[in-house]
Parts: sequence; C-alpha cells; structure tokens
Amino acid sequence: MTEHVTVHPRNRLAAWIEERLPVFSFLASHTSGYYAPKNFNVMYYFGSLALLVLANQILTGIFLTMFYNPSAAGAFDSVQYIMRDVKWGWLIRYMHEVGASMFFIVVYLHMFRGLMYGSYKKPRELVWLLGMLIFLALMAEAFMGYVLPWGNMSFWGAKVIITLFSAVPWIGDTLVTWIMGNYFPADATLNRFFALHVIALPLVLLLLVVLHLAALHEVGSNNPDGVEIKQKKGPDGHPLDGIPFHPYYTVKDLFGVGVFLIICAFIIFFEPTVGGYFLEPDNSIPANNLVTPAAIKPVWYFSPFYAILRMIPSKGWGVLALLASIVLLFLVPWLDRGKVKSIRYRGTGYKVALTIFAIVFVLLGTIGADLTAIWIPEIFGANADVTFIENLYGRILVILYFGFFVFLWAYTYFGWERTRPVPERVSMHE
Amino acid sequence: MATEGINQGRRRFLTASTAVIGGAGVIVTAIPFVKSWLPSARAESAGAPVTVPLGKIEKGQMVRYAWRGLPVFVVNRTPEQLEWLPKQDPRLRDPMSKESDQPRYCQNEHRSIKPEWMVLIGICTHLGCVPDYKGEVRPEPFDPDWKGGFYCPCHHSRYDIAARVYQGVPAPLNMTVPPYHFIDDTHIQIGVDPKGAA
Repeated sequence: MTEHVTVHPRNRLAAWIEERLPVFSFLASHTSGYYAPKNFNVMYYFGSLALLVLANQILTGIFLTMFYNPSAAGAFDSVQYIMRDVKWGWLIRYMHEVGASMFFIVVYLHMFRGLMYGSYKKPRELVWLLGMLIFLALMAEAFMGYVLPWGNMSFWGAKVIITLFSAVPWIGDTLVTWIMGNYFPADATLNRFFALHVIALPLVLLLLVVLHLAALHEVGSNNPDGVEIKQKKGPDGHPLDGIPFHPYYTVKDLFGVGVFLIICAFIIFFEPTVGGYFLEPDNSIPANNLVTPAAIKPVWYFSPFYAILRMIPSKGWGVLALLASIVLLFLVPWLDRGKVKSIRYRGTGYKVALTIFAIVFVLLGTIGADLTAIWIPEIFGANADVTFIENLYGRILVILYFGFFVFLWAYTYFGWERTRPVPERVSMHE
Repeated sequence: MATEGINQGRRRFLTASTAVIGGAGVIVTAIPFVKSWLPSARAESAGAPVTVPLGKIEKGQMVRYAWRGLPVFVVNRTPEQLEWLPKQDPRLRDPMSKESDQPRYCQNEHRSIKPEWMVLIGICTHLGCVPDYKGEVRPEPFDPDWKGGFYCPCHHSRYDIAARVYQGVPAPLNMTVPPYHFIDDTHIQIGVDPKGAA
C-alpha cells in the first residue's frame, strides 16, 4: 500500500515546484514509497503490460487519426491509403491492430490472475469492479474501432451488435435507429463511432485506469499466497514481506516489457493478421449493405461471449445470457464467500472449477470463431449434422460457464470447501 | 456572520429546490444532444418509395431492390411453391403471422397482396443478416425436407417461401413485409400502402 512520503528536493527549482504542487512527494509515495509483496510471480506482469498497450494504442491511434477519413465514402480508401501510401503507415496501423488483440490477451490473463489468487476479495472489491468497468469500456472501444475501417465485416459486425439492442422491450427498435442514426449502419453511424472511439471512450478508459490504480494503491497488491502483508510490519513501519515498487518491480516489469515487445514485434513484422484472427480477410472487402459475408463472426476476443449468444435458441434470452455472462464476473467478489484468497490454499473443488472454467472459456471461443463447425465434419464424418452436434456441445459449455458461478457460490456459502492453512508470511521457495 | 436564528428548514428547502431546478435544467439541456443521434432530415428523406417493374421477373425467380438502404426481395412464386405453403404450418413458429411485422393487408397465409408475388424485407429477424433465397423444392443439406424458402447463412435460421420462420432456429419472427401496392398489373411501389388500406 502507499505510504505517504514527503520529499524535500535540494534543487531550488524543484523545491519551488514542490511547495506549490507536491509532484515529487506524489511520485515517491507511489513508487519508492509503495510497498508491494515480494513474492510476485509471472502472473503479475499483465497489469503493467496492459498499461503499456494502452499507451501504444493512444500513440498509434493519434497518428492514425491524422490520415484516416471518418466517412462512409472515404473510410475504406483512407485505410488503404495508410497501408500503401503513408510512409510507415502500415507499421503504425499494424501496431494499433496487433495492440488491440494483445490488449485483450493481457487483460484476460490479468483477470484470470485475479480469479486464481482471490485478488477480488475484501478489501479489493472496488479494484475488481473498476477493472471490470475497464474491461467493459475496452470491449466498447474495440468494437467501435473495428467498425472504423468500414470493410464488409465492419458493417455487418456493427449491424449485428447494434441489433442486439432491439431485444430491449418496447423501445428496442427506436434504440437501434437512435444508435445508428439511420435505418442501417451509415455515414452517421461511422461518424459517431469515430468520435466515441477517439475521444469519449479513451477519456473514460484513462479515468477508470487512474481510479483502478488509486484503489489498488490504497489497499495494496494481493500476492500469490493471498497473505495481507500489511499485518506483519517491521520496526521501520514497512511490511516485512514488502519491497518498494521502485526499483524492484520497475526493473522486473521492464524485463516483462522486453519479452512482451519481442513477441509483439514478431507478430507485427511476420504475421500481422495472425491467420485471419487479428485481422479478418472479409474486412478487406468494402462495406456492402446488400451482401452479407458468408459467415459473420466477431474478432477472436469477443468469440466466447458471441458463442453464448449463438447457443441460446431465442433472441431475448440469448442477449440476456450474453449480458449475464459479463455481469456475473462483476459479482464474483460477492458470489465467493470463501475467506481464503489464493488457489494455493483453497479446496480442490475451486481448483477443478477454475480450471474447467478457463478451458470452457477457450472452447466457447472456438465455437464463436466458427472453428467447431469446421472440426465436426472432420471428427464425425462429412454426413454429420453440424448444427445439432455444435448446439449440443455448445450448450453443455454454456451450462458449465454459468455453472462455475453457481458452484462458486454454493461451494463457499454452504461451507463445502476444505481449505488448507494459510501461512503467516509469504512463501518464497528459495 | 451571526449563526443564531438560522432557519434550517428554509435552508434545506432552498438547497433542495435549487438542486431540483438545476437538475431539470441539465435534463432539458441533454435533450438536444440525445436527439441529435436520431436519423437526420437527410436520412429520413432518403426513405423515398421505390417502383419495381414486375414484367422481367420469371416464375420462381427472386430480384433484390434497395429501399431505405434495406434489401427488399421480390419473388415470383411458382404454383409448386404455393402448394406447399399451408402444409408447412405445423413446422412454423408463427404460421398466422400474429407476432410478426407486416401490413394488415398482408397478414394471410401467403403474406402478400397477390399470392404469386411475395415482397419482403430480406433481413433475418435474428440479428439482421440477409438470408439467401433457396427457392427450389428439393432436399438441402440444412433441411432434407426443404420446400423452398430462405436460409440465413449466419446462424442457420430457415424461413418458408412466405418468409415464415421455422421452429428450432434462432430467429424469433417471420421476416418483415414492407408496405407496398400495385400501381398496375406489372408495377409495384414499395414504401406506400394501397389506397384505403393505411
């Protein structure tokens, strides 16, 4: 947690500033004065990496807006212009496009870390809630960004996603027209999505990130043992199991940044579309409101949620299930009544359930990405009833997805969980 | 300032009434911003009626037109296709089109003004994709008992030749029929109701 450090700079200019605006004290309090548990492992890289990707998206995004034309007539061509004519434009766009997918990889791992080590539990509920709001804003941001190139998948993706709102009782159809600003995705839609994508949502995201970090620094980081390091303090008042964030974790995070950037550079330079997953081939065809792409599927990071929508044979319930699949994640701090935070000391039931949940999430993703529909004839032969098998298999996965939350609540509420004793201090395995 | 003689009730009333008036002002100010998202006058006027000549559409053929940016399908149905229509009822979700969206003069078995001419907005009622026209009465991979109709490639929703949705697919309703009328025997106008049937 943050310890309020007061700095008295020797430099006269710095001292003059510090007296009027205590920037140096603020920085020291949140870096060298911020004590983090000393036992962070590899799962603790993803918060700082998410921040790095956010910075990348803002920087590359600013440069893309300098060349992009947010109109239905000009958008598609301006993206081609960026790719072919703008000097290094291809690199800036690929950094932005790969960055979007990397953002979700990093955020999904960051969220999984939270579930593993109980980082959403008291006193970190608000850290989790703010994080979930960031995830929600990020999904909106990514969706609108996906519409901007105005390819045929942009157009139809926009249409399908906006039409989800028609499931709202009574005002649904009006709501859809209101969001589109026309009777179909048109110039008005693209213009407002551009405004939201480059101004409104980035501001919201930045504000939420600041609040997420402020809440985190108030209560302090959790750790792989789920031990509250605040409870054991040395004579100097610092936690015995804590080390200053700077220089220890700035250096550790820098190492993570290095590895991460090597992976990103490899993707950007050698396989920027990642076989059609980061950038879909159907989106290199201009938007056409009279021709639907053969298969409408979202980008990979939405596919688990999209599969849940698709597996429910009713529009209203499908949208509701999609909504519930995200809302339930918000409620995890209150569904889980267990006192033990870390998976290391939790009952076998939780370990098994979380593993299944993670696998189910990935498998739902393969359904949403239409991979299962390709695999089924390969496994069951060409005459297999793809729709039937996919629905059966997918619905079992949907039940398992929601089952995780039901199980998590019942397992801890009725006291079925047999936990192991949590150590007094963090373990270091040295 | 003297603190005695403060009328707390009056102070609370003034604070609350200022907040209410201010809040009402904020809401009223929000209206233009919210309304600016509705279709503009230009988008509204682009929804003008479209006239379609029927003479060149052969039996069993479907032709697409754009009206208000929506794909409108015009199908010249064959007697064979029409013959199967009533027999599909048990397999349909809304055979009498009670829940579905169509002008009153098209709420009948064949969902049209004249049985052979089907006019519909070719948008799947599930999530707005454009279904394919699969007019021939023959077994299809997605339905061995196919009697002609529309098939949505996105999520495999199926409709019969009157755009009525089958059971067991994600789409909830029959596809929408737009308002239209016959100008003469060989022309229809999409977007305008017949006289006296508004």
